[in-house]
Amino acid sequence: MTVEPTASARRGIRKSAGERAFEICNGAILSLLALLCLAPFVHILAVSLSSSQAATAGRVGFWPVDLSLNSYQYATQNPVFISAFGVTVRRVLLGVSVDTLLVTLAAYPLSKTNREMPGRTILAWIFVTTMFVGGGMIPSYLVVNATGLRNTLWALVIPGAVKPFNMTILLNFFRQTPKDLEESALIDGAPQPKILWYIYLPLALPALATLTIFDTVGHWNEWFSGLIYMDKQVNQPLQTYLRGVIIQPDFTLLNQQQIELMSKISSKTYQAAQIMIATTPVLAIYPFLQKYFIKGLTLGSLKG
Amino acid sequence: MTRSVSPPRRPRRFVDPWLYVMLAPSLILILVYAYGPLFGLSIAFKEYDIARGVMGSPWAGLAKFRYLFKNPNFKRVITNTVSLSVMKLAFRFIVPVTVAILLNEVRSVPFKRAVQTLAYLPYFVSWVALSGVFISILSPTDGAVNEIIKAMGMKPIYFLGDPDIFPGVMVVTDVWKEFGYGTIVYMAALTSIDPSLYEAAAIDGAGRARRVRHITLPGMTSILVLMFILSLGGLMNAGFDQVFNLYNPMVYRTGDILDTFTYRIGMVNAQYDTATAVGLIKSGVSLALVSGSYYAAYKFADYRIF
Repeated sequence: MTVEPTASARRGIRKSAGERAFEICNGAILSLLALLCLAPFVHILAVSLSSSQAATAGRVGFWPVDLSLNSYQYATQNPVFISAFGVTVRRVLLGVSVDTLLVTLAAYPLSKTNREMPGRTILAWIFVTTMFVGGGMIPSYLVVNATGLRNTLWALVIPGAVKPFNMTILLNFFRQTPKDLEESALIDGAPQPKILWYIYLPLALPALATLTIFDTVGHWNEWFSGLIYMDKQVNQPLQTYLRGVIIQPDFTLLNQQQIELMSKISSKTYQAAQIMIATTPVLAIYPFLQKYFIKGLTLGSLKG
Repeated sequence: MTRSVSPPRRPRRFVDPWLYVMLAPSLILILVYAYGPLFGLSIAFKEYDIARGVMGSPWAGLAKFRYLFKNPNFKRVITNTVSLSVMKLAFRFIVPVTVAILLNEVRSVPFKRAVQTLAYLPYFVSWVALSGVFISILSPTDGAVNEIIKAMGMKPIYFLGDPDIFPGVMVVTDVWKEFGYGTIVYMAALTSIDPSLYEAAAIDGAGRARRVRHITLPGMTSILVLMFILSLGGLMNAGFDQVFNLYNPMVYRTGDILDTFTYRIGMVNAQYDTATAVGLIKSGVSLALVSGSYYAAYKFADYRIF
């Protein structure tokens, strides 16, 4: 009887030494992983701030060598880069506004029951089905051409404006709102848009904020529609322009020497500077969005 | 007067026409831009002529499909697509689940948060910008990675130009970009595990390994099954944004996937009919996979879309 506590205490001490070793290893592994995610960006930032010679000689690690702001100067003076930046800002503002308006206006009626809105289930399936069935690249391209959006800012906004995935997230959120509030408004004879605006929307703001953030990042990063719908470079958004700078989509060049030569033409630091400018806005805001981000994720994948 | 006399009745629900008005703009857009292309799929069975349009072009039956199945490139592209996405699928499970379990063992909240924040940083960066980053750091002549390899006395590796290495590079960079997001999903699942289970196990003398084995892993099973089933639907998507921005003709043998192949024959060679046929085959297989996996998710994990 008297021996037992001592034995378990001894075992406790031995375990805590093992525990500490585990904790140190675990901390080291996780820190290494985290730094691995950051390292490429720090390196590219360092390259963008270094002199051309140091960068092409491969002398730049995580700290600028021969500090120089030339590439940033050059980038911000380049009229094509400026116009691409402007297109991106405009498509983000217009696109996010249109998307948010549409997702709210569509998710609300679909959150009703079939009794409140006859036909609701069929209508909801019309939207959800498009998450899994699509015409693919070429037919979509032909429809955008046929509706005359090509070479206009709307080509970057309208074809993807209705997002059924976001719609289902917001729809599920609306459904969690207590019905009592709406009932009293209905008795007062309020029309549905008024009920949405004054009762549902204030309660759904966190969900809507999450969707808006994701949508902003999505519009900022999108490049493919710019590539296929914009013939002139001045109409292309920043990411599409950046793609042209990084990868010359010229498939006539076939051997290694030619591809290597091509990558030498545009300076490494100049490319790095443009990558940094195109990426920084997103990198600057995302850490502050962690709370919303997790909330939005759990909304989508772990509901019920 | 009459109202007060009549027996109390449940008020009949009034259907507000505004509900349909609110839905109309989205409905019109989805019909045009999501269902419109579905009708355009018919050109896979036609000899498409731009001047005559979708309706006016003559029918060609299964000619485009026969051409595709005789084309050795098409078989290669399908093999590449499936093998690349299976590899990505596997690692997109192993890495985030492992990291989530390791993070769950960390007690310091600020450290946990810092690791999470850094881990999903790449998730927010576009593949265009990332391709710039990787082309630069993986360059055989002046890339940072090869500088390290050369410093260790080895020959530089042409990561993006060697067809035997290219798929591996795609898997590693994909996992690097996506694992932070997956980690957060699994972490969210772990927070729903009752902490008293861990306490009880600790009192009973269970060490870390046994707690992970008997509490953490069983607590994650349902989300793991769900995520696995749902990801099966994406088997035909090997990552267009990534591959398109990183591949080149030297690695077509292993790196060319269905979507990049479609882009080249459709947008570059303007063979709209053949490209649509490729898209149709892909959509058909995807649809079968998606409906199968959602049915399975509903059956085994009681998952519903809405």
